[in-house]
Amino acid sequence: MIGYILRRILAVIPVMLLVAVFVFALLRLTPGDPAAIIAGDMATPAQLERIREAMGLNQPLHVQFVTWVGQLLRGDLGTSLISNTPVTSMIGARIGPTLSIAVLTILMSVALAVPMGVIAAWKHRSGADYTVMAFSVLGFSVPVFVIGYVFILIFSLKLGWFPVQGFTPISRGIGPFLYNAFLPALTLTTIYVALIARMTRANMLEVLGEDYIRTARAKGAPERTVLFRHALKNAAVPILTVIGTGFALLIGGVVVTETVFNIPGIGRLTVDAILARDYPVIQAMILLTSFLYVLVNLVIDLSYTFFDPRIRY
Amino acid sequence: MFNRLTATLLASTMLAGAAWAETTVTAVMHSGLRVLDPIMTTAHITRNHAYMIYDVLIAQDSDFQPQPQMADWEVSEDQQTYTFTLRDGLVFHDGEPVTAADAVASLQRWAQNDAGGQVVMDRTESLEATDDKTITWVLKEPFAPMLDVLSKQSALPPFIMPARVAETPADEAITDYTGSGPFIFVQEEFQPGISVTYAKNPDYVPRDEPADWMAGGKVVNVDQVKWVNMPDIQTAVNALSGGEIDYIEQMQVDLVPLLEGDPNVAVEVREPTGMQTMVRTNFLHPPFDDPKIRQAALKAISQEPVLAAMIGNPEFYQICGAVLGCGTPLGSETGAETLVQGGGADEARALLEEAGYDGTPVVLMAPTDMVALATQPVVVSQALREVGFTVDMQPMDWQTLVTRRASQGAPADGGWNIFITNWMVPEISNPISNPMLNGRGDDAWFGWPTDETIEALKEEYIAAADADAQKEVAEKIQAHTLENVLLVPLGQYTLPQARRTAITDMIDSPVPVFWNMQKAE
Amino acid sequence: MAQTPEPRSAMQPVLSVIRLPHFGIGPKIAAVVLLAIVIVTLLANWLAPHDPLTMNPLMRLQGPIEGHPLGTDNYGRDILSRVLIGGRLSLAIGIATAIVAVALGLVIGMVAGFFRTADAIIMRMMDALMAIPSILLAIALVALNGPSVGSVIAAITIPEIPRVVRLVRAVVLAAREEPYVEAAIALGSSMPKILVRHLVPNTLAPLIVQGTYILASAILTEAILSFLGAGVSTETPTWGNIMAEGRQYFRLKPELILWPGLMLSLCILSINLLGDAARDMLDPRLKKRAG
Repeated sequence: MIGYILRRILAVIPVMLLVAVFVFALLRLTPGDPAAIIAGDMATPAQLERIREAMGLNQPLHVQFVTWVGQLLRGDLGTSLISNTPVTSMIGARIGPTLSIAVLTILMSVALAVPMGVIAAWKHRSGADYTVMAFSVLGFSVPVFVIGYVFILIFSLKLGWFPVQGFTPISRGIGPFLYNAFLPALTLTTIYVALIARMTRANMLEVLGEDYIRTARAKGAPERTVLFRHALKNAAVPILTVIGTGFALLIGGVVVTETVFNIPGIGRLTVDAILARDYPVIQAMILLTSFLYVLVNLVIDLSYTFFDPRIRY
Repeated sequence: MFNRLTATLLASTMLAGAAWAETTVTAVMHSGLRVLDPIMTTAHITRNHAYMIYDVLIAQDSDFQPQPQMADWEVSEDQQTYTFTLRDGLVFHDGEPVTAADAVASLQRWAQNDAGGQVVMDRTESLEATDDKTITWVLKEPFAPMLDVLSKQSALPPFIMPARVAETPADEAITDYTGSGPFIFVQEEFQPGISVTYAKNPDYVPRDEPADWMAGGKVVNVDQVKWVNMPDIQTAVNALSGGEIDYIEQMQVDLVPLLEGDPNVAVEVREPTGMQTMVRTNFLHPPFDDPKIRQAALKAISQEPVLAAMIGNPEFYQICGAVLGCGTPLGSETGAETLVQGGGADEARALLEEAGYDGTPVVLMAPTDMVALATQPVVVSQALREVGFTVDMQPMDWQTLVTRRASQGAPADGGWNIFITNWMVPEISNPISNPMLNGRGDDAWFGWPTDETIEALKEEYIAAADADAQKEVAEKIQAHTLENVLLVPLGQYTLPQARRTAITDMIDSPVPVFWNMQKAE
Repeated sequence: MAQTPEPRSAMQPVLSVIRLPHFGIGPKIAAVVLLAIVIVTLLANWLAPHDPLTMNPLMRLQGPIEGHPLGTDNYGRDILSRVLIGGRLSLAIGIATAIVAVALGLVIGMVAGFFRTADAIIMRMMDALMAIPSILLAIALVALNGPSVGSVIAAITIPEIPRVVRLVRAVVLAAREEPYVEAAIALGSSMPKILVRHLVPNTLAPLIVQGTYILASAILTEAILSFLGAGVSTETPTWGNIMAEGRQYFRLKPELILWPGLMLSLCILSINLLGDAARDMLDPRLKKRAG
């Protein structure tokens, strides 16, 4: 088992290396010239050339790659070509909004989705079941920006309950934070509720068919105990998996809500960087989100070996 | 140095906190600030930033006349020696006095990158600080536009920085943002592309004259100005209605009705000359290497549909065939009849026929991520197709466009035939600085026309004795430009600004400035 | 590494979520709705009252008026015609993505499942590809090739491939153990023959289901790419780019988002419901083969 765990951890290295190569190759094959963005529209070709030279963009690609990997190994993510700011501090300034909204989304999704899934499984093939399932398919089917705009229209413009945009860090109080973060989180929640509710329901259905549940019921245990104590507990691992994976996906998937609600998070940072060809920022961001994804998956995979007695390696 | 700056800042905030409530103006600007070196980039947002924290020697007033700002000047009899004298009380944000040596170093760095600066330097005999307050600039020959070049707010204005900053090579970005302007850049709160904060400079001594355009006294009446970037203008409009922000620099005209009827919001035009939008063709490759076919393209286009699709409400656009812009001293509309009135389609078809256009596809580059440039290509494509051009409209992001427009290769080979861009009218209102009117082939702006006539006309313009003579030459330049189709003007537009009515006393200016303004509680 | 049982990979629960109950009447309604959308889209050329590209900038952003039942967009083009015709390219992009992703995934997955030597390398590459957030990867890919229809399809397809590969590989790994496949190997049947005759058929059912989900998500992804400024040209309308252009005018002309949004959502909803139904129908086999 220790051997397995070690192997799984070591397997992260080639994956991350491949991600690094992919990203680097992809970016350098893409037409674009950060020097042109820096210099602006009235710059002369000679001026552009001097800026390119000063930024090291004229060096051969393999030299640039080696330089970059060397920096990475020293824990240096580089400096933005455009704003001349260290990438680490740019990410530091902007990961807060993304993370806090992701956490809030997960909390809201779990609070809504788990009971929904449990009820749907409990009242299998009833009206409640169909409603929950229909809602969850809907969550997958409407583009997230449409949901965002509809929420803004209703809750901000018509009812005036929430601001239309912006972000307040949690350090300025939970109230102000929620005031700004609730609508974006609610928008994302519609997707994750769908995901988690379906997962919960599917696993609950499976568990509710097991013998020990029938035994518990036969023994006259109250329905609530059966559902939450016995069934949900046993269905918990796969549900946690979805939540974990969902969280990793969220970090990369908030781009749209950050645009709709004007949140200064890392999703928009990355899209802006792609449009401006700010290579160090794009590379760092994609590496970081990929690493997070791989990490969450690793933790989940490993947790199976601990929690699920059926799996032996 | 830095301690002193922090101390000043702290003192000013504490003082402000003690005596009265902090007033912060939150403004949504047209784009996010990312590049902080105003001598490296011609991007407007960086220039606007620079006007906050730096000062300039001389500045234009609303009659386009140079006026003293940091310095007064004298010109010698022979028009070859300019003497600038710095006024008293000029201090950098770190507490050091501004000296003539700082100004000279700044001017030298500026002149390496600015096209106008280069022209001046070509004619410069010497530029030196003759004492702490005096800058003496000696030219080899008289150069009439000298003061215009130094006072302009287009392309790169000559901002004055401390000599130690100005010694940074001109192709390397500065990292020390000490200026002597009316605001201080708050480094700790700067988030590239998202927000930037400026604190009032308590040590700034404004001139006595009232603020006028970019000239006059820069009296700051608010404690703090915060620029935030909102990529979606609709979000900004919503935020303004809700009082979350105070000011939007550039409204999308279509959204103006959303703010009408809100007593707390005022929408108005701040800068009446506005912007010019225009078509540039590539002179190196077929079909636009043929002047007849360029002429056909010009005849095919009518400005009104382009402007209507782009702006919508006619109050905010102006059909204008003047290469040098309407509402400027030199603007003339000769040769632009079909652009202005439409109806050139038949002429265009005849020209195509005559030139034997063989259906070579025209590669038109259309940027997808720039709102101000997204609609024109679509309308222009349709107009060109209607007269018989084969148009290959290729959508791409702005970055790809700026890379590709630098390619002199064939259009099928990563080159291009047409693209569209916008200029602020003051940037193109002077034939010397208008990048389109450079006819020096490979050294010209993208499109690379070789046009000796336009070069000769520009020499004639420089040599012109007075305003009337200049206007006469400008007329010839207009006629020739449209004859040879160095560009196709698509008209002018202004984007109105919107403010909460709590913000008052904003002055008219080509650059949005935050001095003079008041904010009521 | 190669022996890592696939069903316990992290994505598997997310995929298996898709297992759904019989909705009874649900799939039937979905089928009717989808059919209606497809028919309307196919007949769009005849149904549309106007050419979707003809502009009239002087008649822009009009409300519902004579001749324009849904009004006009910011170029003065007819919204109804654009929504009708926009469905064509949206569906085409979805279908093309599904076919290409499934076909490529099938080939790569077969190779990974069958050849132990290639497996580790292929699966690490798939892991890497999957680790990159798909929407960011797609934007970067569109930036690379320019937003033509082909490059948008490629950009949506590439992030989908690893999921298909994993699925196919799992099925192949399971099937390899089946006696008849082992027998065929022992009897010296040629590799292509085994692959085509014994393994491909096993993958068909799960791939059809997976294909429908890719179809649905591709249509959605196209809309999101357009929204983020990396979509196809306005001269080739899709539901996605109509909404993307319309978002600036959302408060003035919500029709520009609501109508294409409704069509797109209905379409995806029906595809998802049908996919669920197909999955249920094929469930016993899926359960046995893919875990």
